[in-house]
Amino acid sequence: MSALFFDDVSVWFGEGRDRVDAVRHASFRVGHGESFGLVGESGSGKSTIMRALTGLAPDWSGRMAVNGNPVPRGRHRNRLFYKSVQMVFQDPYASLHPRQSVDQVLSETLHLHGFRDIEPRIVRLLDDVGLGPAFRFRYPHQLSGGQRQRVAIARALAPEPSILLLDEPTSALDVSVQAEILNLLTDLRAEHKLTFLMVSHDLAVVAHMCERIAVMQAGEIVEVMGVDEMRALTPAHSYTRKLLQASLGYTRG
Amino acid sequence: MTPLLEVEDLWVRFPTRTGLFDAVRGVSFKLGRERLGIVGESGSGKSMTGRSILRLIRPPGQVTAAHIRLDGEDLMQHSEAQMRKVRGQRISMVMQDPKFSLNPVMSVGEQLIEAWRVHKKGSRAEARRRALDMLEAVSIRDPERVMRAHPHELSGGMGQRIMIAMMLIPDPELLIADEPTSALDVSVQAQVLQIMDRLVQDRGMGLIFISHDLNLVADFCDRVLIMYAGRVVETCAADKLHEAKHPYTRGLLNSLPRLDAPQKRLEVLRRDPAWAQAPSVRPS
Repeated sequence: MSALFFDDVSVWFGEGRDRVDAVRHASFRVGHGESFGLVGESGSGKSTIMRALTGLAPDWSGRMAVNGNPVPRGRHRNRLFYKSVQMVFQDPYASLHPRQSVDQVLSETLHLHGFRDIEPRIVRLLDDVGLGPAFRFRYPHQLSGGQRQRVAIARALAPEPSILLLDEPTSALDVSVQAEILNLLTDLRAEHKLTFLMVSHDLAVVAHMCERIAVMQAGEIVEVMGVDEMRALTPAHSYTRKLLQASLGYTRG
Repeated sequence: MTPLLEVEDLWVRFPTRTGLFDAVRGVSFKLGRERLGIVGESGSGKSMTGRSILRLIRPPGQVTAAHIRLDGEDLMQHSEAQMRKVRGQRISMVMQDPKFSLNPVMSVGEQLIEAWRVHKKGSRAEARRRALDMLEAVSIRDPERVMRAHPHELSGGMGQRIMIAMMLIPDPELLIADEPTSALDVSVQAQVLQIMDRLVQDRGMGLIFISHDLNLVADFCDRVLIMYAGRVVETCAADKLHEAKHPYTRGLLNSLPRLDAPQKRLEVLRRDPAWAQAPSVRPS
């Protein structure tokens, strides 16, 4: 049984003439404790797969399962789903409520998931993500981008999920802050035995974080490769080679 | 030979509740017909430096400088009316995100034609012909169709190429590109850079390339200024960037994950308050 299972998943937006097939026949599985990356250009459908899983893109066909439990159609997911799957979004400036303090954000999440020992849990969550207790009563505008992303990660960890979906978690951050957040995610994964599904356009970041990587082009998965294959620049598909070449840097032509 | 641009002791300040905040502190540099990269993290003052050259900092922001000379003419002495003749005509700027720089309710063609007619005298038909030429110059395959299109119908890479086309119409001497490719995919990024590179070389323009991406600047520019907390902490030839000596530059370079060299953990930048205190480095 895999942590995440996708079989022949297609996702589309709109209807009739305006229909856009964002993902076409995607199949892959992610084992327990594995870190799996999705890469591709913008519009290749990598984020859409995550959004379909979490109910943010309700029009899809095929089969998806989380820890062996099939994912239902539509926007709604049961409590069990949200307890096992949580998501960290790209933009920490947009994903936190501007008028809620860190304390409110975390206690609401904990409350919704039925925890009663909220107080000690908030302290532990803040400690887990490397923010001291001093940050507890701050508002988002009093935090830097990196600190906000730590709060977003703390919120995602609150229901004690086994799977984290990471949608470009560091692309809005400076490289020095990116290094801190990636280290934090690596530590958290080891500590909490998490499974990661990560979307990024930065191949070096994905190579650093993931063991297996799926390359997407125009809604289709063209190749799934191991990280060693990617580092050795020996992918099978020509599109992957092109993508790797482009990310190695600018060459004067 | 006088350099194209000379900036001497540039300061940008913003009043805050706790006193004046110095966004740029005593930056000086010279630019010939070359590609100069300015790199640094957010808040390091790199964009403010680019904007103050065009005198685009609005009050309550304050800009002071001993001089900002373009071909020997001091822009700091110019009136607002004189500055309008410099902006676009002699110094152009490309911003980060084409989504926010193009007019969403005007077709691309109309915008290009308008840009041409603001700067040059000539008929609409001629403006149209020149607009088509410009689109071809930035490698747009189907210029007739793109002329009719509105910005939302175009991809980010195309939008950015159109911005570049528009900036090049008046044939400026200096192009300031502020993170021109950060909103683009890697594959499109290379294409846009190649176009800029070619135009800079063919027209003998100067280019100031502002970016947070060290590797990109190392590959693309001739010279680099590294900024931290409003100061230039180091300057070097772009191809020597990987041999940079300043601990801040080294820290930034080492914090990047690398495709060719796996690491267990990434190095985290340790900031030294002394970096912000030291005076700006003057490029030789």
